[in-house]
Formats: sequence, C-alpha cells, structure tokens
Amino acid sequence: MSEALLSIRGLSAGVDDKQILDTVNLEVPAGEVHVLMGPNGAGKSTLGHVVMGEPTYEMTSGTIEFDGQDITELSPDKRSRAGLFLSFQAPVEIPGVPLTSFLRAIISGREGIDMKRKEFRKRVRALADELEMDRVYLDRELGVGFSGGEKKKVEMLQLLLLQPKLAILDETDSGLDVDALSVVSHGMEAYQRQCNGTLLVITHNTRILEHLDVDRVHVMVKGRVVAEGDASMIADIDANGFEQFEQAASAE
Amino acid sequence: MEQDTKKKRSQVDDIDRSMYDFIKDESGQEHLEAGLTPEIVREISEKKDEPEWMLEKRLKALDIYNGFPIPDWGPSIAGLDMDNIVTYVKPETDQQASWEDVPEDIKDTFDRLGIPEAERSYLAGVGAQYDSELVYHSMQDSAAQMGIVYSGIEEALHDEKWEGIIHDHFMTLIPPTDHKFAALHGAVWSGGSFVYVPKGVKLDYPLQSYFRLNARGAGQFEHTLIIVEDDADLHFIEGCSAPKYNVANLHAGAVELFIGKNAHLRYSTIENWSKNMYNLNTKRAICDEGGDIEWISGSFGSHVGYLYPMSVLNGRKARSSFNGITFAGAGQNLDTGCKVVLNAPQTSASVETKSISKDGGVSTFRSSVVATPKAKDSAATVSCASLMLDDRSRSDTIPAMDIRCKSVSVGHEATIGRIGDDKVFYLMSRGMSEEEARTMIVNGFADPVSKELPLEYAVEMNNLIKLEMEGAIG
Repeated sequence: MSEALLSIRGLSAGVDDKQILDTVNLEVPAGEVHVLMGPNGAGKSTLGHVVMGEPTYEMTSGTIEFDGQDITELSPDKRSRAGLFLSFQAPVEIPGVPLTSFLRAIISGREGIDMKRKEFRKRVRALADELEMDRVYLDRELGVGFSGGEKKKVEMLQLLLLQPKLAILDETDSGLDVDALSVVSHGMEAYQRQCNGTLLVITHNTRILEHLDVDRVHVMVKGRVVAEGDASMIADIDANGFEQFEQAASAE
Repeated sequence: MEQDTKKKRSQVDDIDRSMYDFIKDESGQEHLEAGLTPEIVREISEKKDEPEWMLEKRLKALDIYNGFPIPDWGPSIAGLDMDNIVTYVKPETDQQASWEDVPEDIKDTFDRLGIPEAERSYLAGVGAQYDSELVYHSMQDSAAQMGIVYSGIEEALHDEKWEGIIHDHFMTLIPPTDHKFAALHGAVWSGGSFVYVPKGVKLDYPLQSYFRLNARGAGQFEHTLIIVEDDADLHFIEGCSAPKYNVANLHAGAVELFIGKNAHLRYSTIENWSKNMYNLNTKRAICDEGGDIEWISGSFGSHVGYLYPMSVLNGRKARSSFNGITFAGAGQNLDTGCKVVLNAPQTSASVETKSISKDGGVSTFRSSVVATPKAKDSAATVSCASLMLDDRSRSDTIPAMDIRCKSVSVGHEATIGRIGDDKVFYLMSRGMSEEEARTMIVNGFADPVSKELPLEYAVEMNNLIKLEMEGAIG
C-alpha cells in the first residue's frame, strides 16, 4: 500500500476544539481517479483543505504522505511545489492583480514548468482557448467580477498549467451551475489526458462524474470515512442517497 | 532617555496645554533661546541676492511664524527641536553628513533598489551633488523649444522676464498665515522649481524634478511654483523611490500650482524621505474654469508626515482628482489625505486613497471637502481603504465635509481591513511563500495608484512595497 501517491493515515483535525475529521484513512494510488462523497457537512471539503495545509484547521493526529514524502508538517506552498493541487470550491478574489501576472508568479521557479515570457503567453492563451475562456479575462483582476463558471475556468487553467501529480477538486457546491459543471468535467479530462493525472474529486453531485472513469469511491459521514467501493457505488448513491451510510454511522 | 522625553511631551499634548507650557517644559534645561531672527532671514536673502520684495515677504512670514502655535491636532512633532529651529535653517552649518553616518537601512535600500553609485552619496546628503546636470539640461532644452520654462526658481527670480510673475504668484496660494510651517517656509525657503507652460502648449512627456535631477530642490524648504496657462497640459513628477537622507530632519516645502481655463496638470509624487524625517509639506492647486488638477501621491518615507494636497476649484466645471497611497511601517506616523474647496458651479472632485500600516505604524487618512454657497450642482466623492498588516498597527479615518450649498452631491466610503487568511492560503496553495502571497495582495491593493504612475515609477513603487514587506512575516 505504500505505493499510493497520497496516503492519509489516522487523520483527525478541527477548528477551535471542534473536531471535524475523525481518524480518516484514505489512499489514492498514482494515475487513479477517486471520488470522495458524502452528505453536506460531513467534512469532505475540510479534508481537502487539511491535505493542502490550510492553517485554519488544526491537525490533532495522523500523517499525510505524498509521493513518498511525509508532508504533514509542510506549509501549503511546499505541498504545492511537491506536486499537490487543490481546486477551490469558491476561489478568492485578489483585486489589483491581473490574472496573467498571477499565473506567471505561480509557475515561477518551478522546474520544467517555468518558461520564457513569450512561451508563457502562448501557453496561457492556448489553455484559455481550450477551456473556452475569453482571453480578455487574462488581463482582468484575479477573480474580480468573474462568474462562477469563469472562476472554475481559472481553476482548471491553473491545473493544466501547473500539471500537478495529484489534484484535489473541491466541487462540493458547484453542481448547481451547468456551465461550471462542464468546465470542470472538461478540465478533468484534459488533465488526465495531458498529464496522466491522479484525481481526488470531492462532491455530492454525481453528474460531475459522468464522463470520468472512476476507480474508487470513498464515503464520508460525520468526519469519518464509513464506506469504500468501486464505481458502482455512485449509481447506488444516486438512487438511494447517503441515508444508508448515515444510519450505519450513527449505529456505531 | 529619548523615549522618556517623548512620553512626557505627548502627555503634555494630551491635556492640550498651550505652546508656551510646551516650551517652558523644554527650557527647564538651560539652553539659550535660539529662535529665528530677522538677521538670519536677511542673511539668507542676501546670499541669494534677492529682490527687495522677496526679503520683505520673508520678514513678514517670520513675524507670522513667531506668533503661531505649534499644531497640536496631529501626530506629535515633539521630536523636532523647535527651540533650535536655526539648525534646520542654516544649511552651511554642520549639515553635511559623512557616509559613515548614513543609516545602514538606507545604504541597504540603495543596494536593493539598484541606485547607481554616483547618486547614492548625493541622495544620502553627504557628497557633491549627483552629476545629473546633463539630463536636466536636455530636458530643459526640449521643453524650451515648446516655449515652456523649466528652471530653478531662484534662477527664474533673477530673470526680469519672470520676476514679476513669480512676485504675483509666490505664496499667494499658500499664504504664510496658513499654518506655522507655511510661515517658516515663507521665511527661509530655498531652492525649488519654476515651471511655466504658455497658453495652449501641451507637453506630451512628463517633466521630472526631483532630487536626482534638480539639485536646487533637494533641500528642506524648497518651493515649487507651476503655472499652466489656459488650454495647456503638463505632467510633472516630483519624487524618488530611493530614501533621501538628511541630517536635519525637517522638511517644510511648498508647492503652488496655478491651472488656467481648461488647462490640465497632473502632479505625481513618490515621497520616500528617510525615516527620521518630519515631513510638513504643503501643496496646493487652484483651478480656473474647466481646469483639471490630478494628484498622484505615494508616501512611503518619513517618521512623521502631515501631507494634504489641496485643490481650490475656483471656476465653473473645474475638476480635481486625488489618488494616493500611504505606507506606514515601524516608527512611522503618517497623517495624509486631501483637501478640496468647491467654490464654483458644476465643479467636481474625487478623492481616492489607500493606506497600509504595518509593524506598529500609524496611518491616518484625513480629508476635508468644503462646498461654498457658490458650488451649485457640484459633486464630490471621497473613498479610502485601509489595510492593516498586523495587530500592532493602526489606521484611522477622519473625513470632514462642510457643505454650504444645497445642490451639491457628496459621497463617502471608508473601509478598514486586514489581509484575509483565505487569500493568503489560496496563493500559498499555488506555491507562493507567505511573504510572496502577502506582497502580491498588498501590491494589488496599491494598484489603483501605481497604474496611474509612469511605468518606471510604478515598477519602483512595487519594488518599494516589496522591500517594505520583506521580513514582515513572523
């Protein structure tokens, strides 16, 4: 099992004495597509943020290994440079910083990804075209006045630009917007195709998974991973919801 | 020890005693009253071989200066040796520093801003003036071809063609009765620039007059006088991103800008005095009908700053816009903002400021908008956004509005905030260090000002912010 690209062991975490995640174990081998599902408030999104190293959450136990390295104590930037990526459910806005400058800054100094200005512009334009993103957004301030769909495009553009080893896509609430949905689907496909990427998709909306070849499903309820299985679980959840897992969890 | 006196003085300030108590408090030590005398002022004037009227102006200002109380409404200037003001005034007496005395942080900043060797000693106030005469003169020549006069103000005063014009304008917009330091300026001013743009002439590149270029403007009491005649257009840049070091730590300059009918002046400044400086500068513009003044202002340096460029909109449809940023770091108390007087129908003014405070720095935004009964159908908007980078720093907003005309519309908006942790985390999750993330956010915050600056200045300002942000973490 140690060949897993991402391996989370016994992870508990919370905010201000309030525990959110309870001894979570989860493994994602390289090249696979995993889905983390569960009802609202189960802690799925928190897990994504904790794996990325968000300081708001305090990890009280457990370890996170990534690509053969213990990243439990690393700051988010180091995790990013190690090849981890988190696509945000609600990306922030940074007024006054043009998208292009931001993109240029995040590839800077990355081996194999950093490139000359001219090449960079070409690459970014090509990615914008691929994601059907109007090029005018490249000169706009990051996220400012972007629609939900446009923000998702920016997330996917970064995913394709950074070519991480593993991408965690936090799509907890994004299922609402059809436009955003197709952007994410398209981005995931391109990422798999171009980078042979590894994915952990966090969602409670199964439509986002329609075009994906899912290898494994993890179900989280009340901060615990309570069930795991193959792609067939998705259809089951689609038909019956999370109730069965919730009952099992409270029976414990 | 120094801390002690400061504390004592600020306590005196707190209970708002008169300046006389203030002085008595200090003169408890036995030292001679070394105030400014008419003899000193005569000496200054004589050395400059000035017209008689200028000497008279100086002496009148001196009188006013001596009768004025020290301002007690802003940041403390107790660190100024007001009893010994002469030491700030007489430039030849032990004002010259030696390179060894130049503070390390300034030398360091020169390095990191890439200031050429030749300029450093000049900026540091130690050496012969930086050899920039060539640049200065070529700029002067090309402006002259368009009929524009651009020279040192003392030089122009000796030219009979300009003496009358200077006489009619000099300290009419900023009279010595304005405040104590305007009076001081009037008495002891020295050096500065004179620009005259004739009717209809539009200069399409900025004129720059700053320490690097204009030696005469390098002092503490420089006077800038700019006249832009009807339908003319000028962009004037004053400033420098490198820290300017002076042993004498008082700066009380004056800037007077006269803007004719339908004329336009953009006045850009980046101020980065060394952090021992008391910057008590006064800047003012007056606009005739349809005239347009744009202030772009970046304040980074100084220990204490009082800076409120003022626009007097005196003709129908005159406009003023102010775009400023203030960055107060450790040990800095910067009180900045803008004043506008709407004194004619259909005038309009916008004030937009950004302030950043960190490491215990204090940044206060202070503005005043006055609409007189003549300001029918005029409009003013004031907005200020403050960013505090830590819990030790402080940010205040003091906007005043005095509206005496019913049909004037005014708007005010103020936000005070911190850098959101969510933003920092987002940027870090993309591989930026915490410092890089915060710097990017602060630079973005400053963007509305930097994008108004010519490119090379915008780059310098971003570099400055980067320098200020270094080591801000932890």
